[in-house]
This record gives sequence, structure tokens and C-alpha cells, in this order.
Amino acid sequence: MRIEQHPILQFDRGEKVTFTFNGQTVEGYTSETIAAALHAAGIRELGHSQNLHRPRGLFCAIGNCSSCFMTVDGEPNVRVCVTKLRDGMVVEEQEGKGVVRHDP
Amino acid sequence: MIRDVEVLVIGGGPAGLCAAEAAASAGAHVLLCERDGVPGGQLVKQTHKFFGSERQYAGERGIFIGKKLIDAVTRRENVEILTDATVLGMYEDGVVTVLKDDKHLKLRPKKTIIATGAAEKFLTFPNNDLPGIYGAGAVQTLMNVAGVKPAERVVMVGAGNIGLIVSYQLLQAGVRVVSVVEAAPRIGGFLVHAAKLRRAGVPIRTGWTVKEAYGNGKLEGVVLCELDEKWQQVPGTELDVPCDTLCLAVGLTPLSELCWQAGCHMEFIRELSGHVPVTDENLMTSVEGLYAAGDVSGIEEASSAMVEGRLAGYAAAASLGYDAERSRAEADAARAELRELRSGPLGGKIRAGLEKVAEKRRNAVC
Ligand SMILES: Cc1cc2nc3c(=O)[nH]c(=O)nc-3n(C[C@H](O)[C@H](O)[C@H](O)COP(=O)(O)OP(=O)(O)OC[C@H]3O[C@@H](n4cnc5c(N)ncnc54)[C@H](O)[C@@H]3O)c2cc1C
Ligand code: FES
Repeated sequence: MRIEQHPILQFDRGEKVTFTFNGQTVEGYTSETIAAALHAAGIRELGHSQNLHRPRGLFCAIGNCSSCFMTVDGEPNVRVCVTKLRDGMVVEEQEGKGVVRHDP
Repeated sequence: MIRDVEVLVIGGGPAGLCAAEAAASAGAHVLLCERDGVPGGQLVKQTHKFFGSERQYAGERGIFIGKKLIDAVTRRENVEILTDATVLGMYEDGVVTVLKDDKHLKLRPKKTIIATGAAEKFLTFPNNDLPGIYGAGAVQTLMNVAGVKPAERVVMVGAGNIGLIVSYQLLQAGVRVVSVVEAAPRIGGFLVHAAKLRRAGVPIRTGWTVKEAYGNGKLEGVVLCELDEKWQQVPGTELDVPCDTLCLAVGLTPLSELCWQAGCHMEFIRELSGHVPVTDENLMTSVEGLYAAGDVSGIEEASSAMVEGRLAGYAAAASLGYDAERSRAEADAARAELRELRSGPLGGKIRAGLEKVAEKRRNAVC
């Protein structure tokens, strides 16, 4: 849920866009991070731990703790708490550690 | 290609912004790297009016203090600000590496001021990894930066200033705060903040802690329990509190990894909340030309972070020969201001911590 009225702050949300989360279409705004858009849509479970497969969500929201790694447009280990949303992004739960892509 | 930089400031919170402003005002060329998309540090999330003295803008809301500092720095032609730029490495040969827009930049600064701030501490209890258990900073980022309601029902752990202020900010965002839990027998934060919560009907339980969290896939509730005078859980006092978010405000610790990497002499100082670089009267670490200012050199406040930034900025400029006489006088003035800020009873802990740092330094020099 988004905050519509606030006694002190005003939010400039930017443009409305759509993206997918594990194949499901979700709406968000360009001024927010992927994590904020997911959270606003009620999605808090972002992945699972590698060994015990325990559910994982945000913890720090400032890119410090790596609790929010996901695969975005095919790229693994993206910290969705500090990555801004773009139209048409494909956001998926990450399987395993991911493979680092080398630029040619 | 390695880019030469005169003064590199790492971190754009109050300490980094004031360091950049001071060094630039003396004539030095400054490059400021901030890993977030906007500079401001903690200030961008603080909607409350700040405490401290007038010189450090007390009485104004944190967000507006941040804007003022950013405006001052952006007006300077000799300051370049890189946002979305995370400093990754400090190498033996003085090269500093930065990740900016998926590119790896290499810098060779003459002077470096580390002002990376702090990270939140965590708490140990069963199921503390459930989605819905957040640091207080994360909750603030969601609601005050993104404008997203972090939750419907929150339990706050910690009744220091951060726990109290964030609880109040949650109420302002229309979120229900079911309880504030504090392990210590007394409220640690200012009583004005506690009174605002009590008036809004939020219970503050001192001498209580989180025994465990539960939930299927996400947080559904917590079990609280009382602590005895030896901080042991008292059996039979368990209280089940349904909630969708548990917010941890159990303190901050210096984000000093870059100081470790650079090989600074580090010491664990309890009063400063963690491992800090040992610095001299100019805030220079044991590594020549490398300074540390703000929360990274000990958890304190925005007011002292600003003055520390100014001190390090002028000291760095003076050592490069920029407006040396005035820069030294400004550094002296900043030192006096810091003494004044830390003079009251609330400054006792910081004074004790800084005295320990000074002693470690004397021992290392001998
Ligand atoms: C809820 C709350 C309420 C507060 N209220 C008050 C108050 O009323 N009065 C008061 O005086 N103080 C208050 N404070 C404390 C104050 O906000 C901090 O002490 C102050 O912000 C510290 O400043 P800093 O510049 O050292 O660090 P920060 O403000 O944390 O800034 C550090 C910056 O460095 C950046 N950074 C970190 N690592 C890197 C890297 N590797 N590369 C590039 N950039 C990096 C971070 O993104 C950040 O922007 C409050 C704090 C909180 C959390
Ligand atoms: S939540 Fe900590 S890195 Fe994203």
C-alpha cells in the first residue's frame, strides 16, 4: 500500500509502469526501487536461503546486507532495494548463486 | 585509466557534505562519491525536528537540513558529486576503486575523507530471518523515501531515540504501532519523543525483549517476554503479539570496512559502538592523508558529524597548502565547537570513548 496523505512529506512518484514478478504483472512507479514497488503490492517474500530454503525479504533497504538479491532481466544478484524500477522489467526469484556474466 | 583526484570524499551524509564544502571553500578540488541515488545520508529520511544547537540547524527537520547542505555543495564549481557510486576498494598503492553505472572507476586521490556513516545492528532470536523483520532504517526508507506503507501492525524493538522517532513516523504514515519493547529498565531516548507515543496510546514496555518470532513464509507475530535484573528471560511472562512487521532499532555500528581495507589502526571502543579508526586531532587516521569523519569514527549525531566533516575538510585543504592559515583557524574553530557539543552530561559517553581512542593512539606512537 502507498501512503496517500502525509502530514509533512509529498511524494513525487514519477511515471506509472508495469513489470513482472515471477511471471505475475505488477504496477509500480519509476521513482521507486523494485523492492518498494513489490512491497507496495504486498509482496514481501523475495527469495529463499540457499541451504535451508528459508524465506527471505528485505532487511536494510540501503544496499548493505544482500538479503534482497533477485534476478532482474536475467542478471542475478541484483539488490532490488537500491535498483530503480523501469518499464517492462522481468524480476524473478533467484535460483542458487547465479553466474557472473562477462562482457565480451 | 586512473583518474587523479585532489580530495576524495566517500559518503554524502552530513559529514561528507560538510567535508566537501570546507575543503572546496579553501580552494581544493573535491570529488564526492555517494552510493545512493541522492546525497544526504540519514538526513533524507528524517522528518522530525532535530536536537542540537543553532549553529548546526537544530529545530529544523532533518530533510531540510540535508537540502541546505546539498545546495551549498552543488553551488561550488570545484566540487563534483557522483551519485550511484559505491567505493569498493582501497589499495596499498593509494588507488581507490568505485562502481558507477556498472563501470569500475579507478581514482588516485591525494587526500581521502571517509564519511560512510553506520550500519544497523541485528538481534538474535529464533526465526529472526522471516520477511517482515526489518531494520528501523529500512522502514524509514520505505515510508519516508518511497512513500510506501511498510506494514499494518508494527512491533518496535528499542526505545532509544531512533526507536521512538521511527515509531512516531509510523503513526504519521497511518501505521499502527502495537508496542515498543526495550530490554533496558529505562527508556533510552528523549522523554519528549516517548511522551508523544504514550499520548497516541502506544505502550512502551521496558525490561522486555523478543523471545521469538513466528510465521509461515512471512512474519505473523512475535512472542515477547520479561527480563529480570540480570537480563535473563523470566519464564511464564510470555506474551503473544500478532504483527506483520518487527522493526529493530537496537543501535548502529560504524561502517568502517574501507578503513580496515586501507590498513588503518582500528580499535574496538564500546562507547563509540564498534570498531573505529584511531584518529588524531585533525581526524587523520594512522594512514597518511586518510581522514575519517562522522558516524564511521564513532556513533554520535548529525550535529557532530557536520562539524567533524568540516574539521577533516579544512585539515585536508590545509595540508595541501590551500588557504593554509584560514584553513587551520577554521579547523581550530571546529575543534572548539566539537568540545562544546560534547560538553554536557549527554556527551559523557562520547568523551569517554574519545579518551580511549586518544590513549590507544599515544600507546601506538610510543
Ligand atoms: C531515526 C534517526 C533519527 C535521528 N535523529 C537525529 C537528531 O534529531 N539529531 C541529530 O543530531 N542526529 C540524529 N540522528 C543521527 C544522524 O542522522 C547521524 O548521526 C548522521 O546522519 C551521521 O552522519 P554521517 O555523515 O556520518 O553518516 P550518514 O548520514 O549515514 O551518511 C553516510 C553516507 O555514506 C554513504 N556511503 C556508505 N558507504 C559508501 C561507499 N562505500 N561508497 C559511497 N558512499 C557510501 C551512505 O550511502 C550515506 O549516504 C538520527 C538518526 C536516525 C537513524
Ligand atoms: S535489503 Fe539489504 S541489500 Fe537490499
